[in-house]
Amino acid sequence: MTQSNSPLLSVKNLSTSFHVGGQKLRAVDEVSFDLAEGEVLGIVGESGSGKSITLRSIMGLARRYGEVTGEVMWQGENLVTKPEAQMRKIRGKDIAMIFQEPMSSLNPLLTVGVQIKENLVTHTDLDKKARVQRAIELLELVGIPDASRRLNDYPHQFSGGMRQRVMIAIALASSPKLLLADEPTTALDVTIQNQILKLILDLSQELGMSVILVTHDLGVAAQTCDRLAVMYGGKLVEKGSTRDVLRNPLHRYTMGLLQSVPENVEPRTPLFSLPGTPPSLMSLPKGCAFAPRCAHAVDACTATKPPLEGTQHQVACFNPTQPPVGAGGQS
Amino acid sequence: MSTISYFFSRLLQIIPTFLIVMVIIFLLVRALPGDPAIAMADAKATTEQLEQIRQRLGLDQPLWIQFGIFVKNVFTGNLGDSILMKAPVTQVILERLPASGFLTLYAVLFSLLIAGPLAFVAALNRNTWLDTTIRSAFQVGLSTPVFYIGLLLLTFLAARMRWFPVGGYGTTFLEHMYHLLLPALTVALYTSAIIMRNLRSSVIEVVDAEYVQFARAKGLPERIILGRHVLRNALISTVTLLGLSIGNLMSGTLVTETVFAVPGVGRLMLDAIFARDYPLIQGLTLTFAVLVSIIFLLTDLIQAWLDPRLRVA
Repeated sequence: MTQSNSPLLSVKNLSTSFHVGGQKLRAVDEVSFDLAEGEVLGIVGESGSGKSITLRSIMGLARRYGEVTGEVMWQGENLVTKPEAQMRKIRGKDIAMIFQEPMSSLNPLLTVGVQIKENLVTHTDLDKKARVQRAIELLELVGIPDASRRLNDYPHQFSGGMRQRVMIAIALASSPKLLLADEPTTALDVTIQNQILKLILDLSQELGMSVILVTHDLGVAAQTCDRLAVMYGGKLVEKGSTRDVLRNPLHRYTMGLLQSVPENVEPRTPLFSLPGTPPSLMSLPKGCAFAPRCAHAVDACTATKPPLEGTQHQVACFNPTQPPVGAGGQS
Repeated sequence: MSTISYFFSRLLQIIPTFLIVMVIIFLLVRALPGDPAIAMADAKATTEQLEQIRQRLGLDQPLWIQFGIFVKNVFTGNLGDSILMKAPVTQVILERLPASGFLTLYAVLFSLLIAGPLAFVAALNRNTWLDTTIRSAFQVGLSTPVFYIGLLLLTFLAARMRWFPVGGYGTTFLEHMYHLLLPALTVALYTSAIIMRNLRSSVIEVVDAEYVQFARAKGLPERIILGRHVLRNALISTVTLLGLSIGNLMSGTLVTETVFAVPGVGRLMLDAIFARDYPLIQGLTLTFAVLVSIIFLLTDLIQAWLDPRLRVA
């Protein structure tokens, strides 16, 4: 990975809240991270931990439904406060996104050709003929056989994996610098999962594109990401290189997640599972959101929220598995 | 799978529908009380004269032969003579059909023009005062009887203000537009309320769909997101409803045509029923059945055009 001085994307204290039935739900709580050019960052966590909302907040899609605060710095500009009209020129052009459900994320009434080409109409100066040519190129790039004929097919004529490839082709249409991938393999068979992940990685290297990959699957994250951020109850609880986080987890939650991956334990031993369930956003505890499920919680855990501490490998925990290197500092 | 083979298979399906309709109409007319021969002959007719009429009408034949004659007559356009109008039924109906067709299409056009934009405005401003106002206004339209709205328009805009004629159909296209404006508006107020409600809720359903979010994530202009992605998907269920309500409009115009004295088939049906003009009632029922079938066929075709998943032959 190429680490330059100024990051491609810098997220600072990003928070997103929704008003539901008179109550204010904080789905994303003061999330901060940097992303270097060409880097693949994984955001890992259980369902409802705020991973997808984080991506949608970066894209400016969440603010239609709720309140987004903080900073998303992109090429010297804060995307959080950027007007919708200008945001539209960045969305789908510099920053593209693919969704979790390839079945429901493509418009069933339009041919995939139309759905690729409308992106090109909006973001490029290509003429009609060049757009068709580019659309065929894109379908070939993501590995769809017989691309020129399939351009006139409708989404329901493709399998799930092929639809996910179509979605990636659409996202790549105007050569984005950053791809936000929201659980791109969750709805797919395991064999197809690996193909899609490999495709995303290959494309990211080939095109020099940074990727934020949101997933609940640690295995997926381990094979793909340069760095990992672990999310729980709307907050980042651990952040570091994939190697550090997986080999040497600092947060008790990360530890628990790793222990519940079947490949990590001896055969025929009972599988570990974290006790309890993730907290509801309706009733987040005052202190650490993980404290009620944590066997190592101390008094401080229920009183205040632990800050994210450390330099290279950061953790937000009062009683981590071991103290983070350079505790007290912020990267 | 192609659109053309879908079209033909759908066209073939209409044949059994017509056969069933013809059986029902044939049996209904035979089940009606009274003897058509007596109704047609004058009061002093002898038994031999009545027998002659029955023979001429084929009423002395077995039922299945009578049905054969009926089907043959229908396909050659011979629906008998109207007792009331003293003219062939086919001719009477064809004379009256244009006015009703004009009124129906006019009303549908009005309904779409009123309901379409307002449904969108209401759906995109869901649960605001704008949405509430639009929905309440249509609720009034929906719960007021058609003839009452018609009478109000007639009293104020036609009789008092003299802006519009109180009845008739006119002779040129522009005169038709002018004469039928109030009747069409009357019908449209009701129909648009139904369409508005349906379209509003399907827009609300579609506007948060993942593919609309994805379209937004592509940075498309709002105009394309709403027009290409939201509207088309929301229209699918509304087209079905529109087809059904056009079928309903056929009978709805019966009241409106009477209030506004429009010389259409709706009013003709009413006159035929009062005069017990069996051949005319039979002819009109058949006409309505054919028209409704054609409208449903069109509805299916429009849906298949909108939604590729429905193009299964």
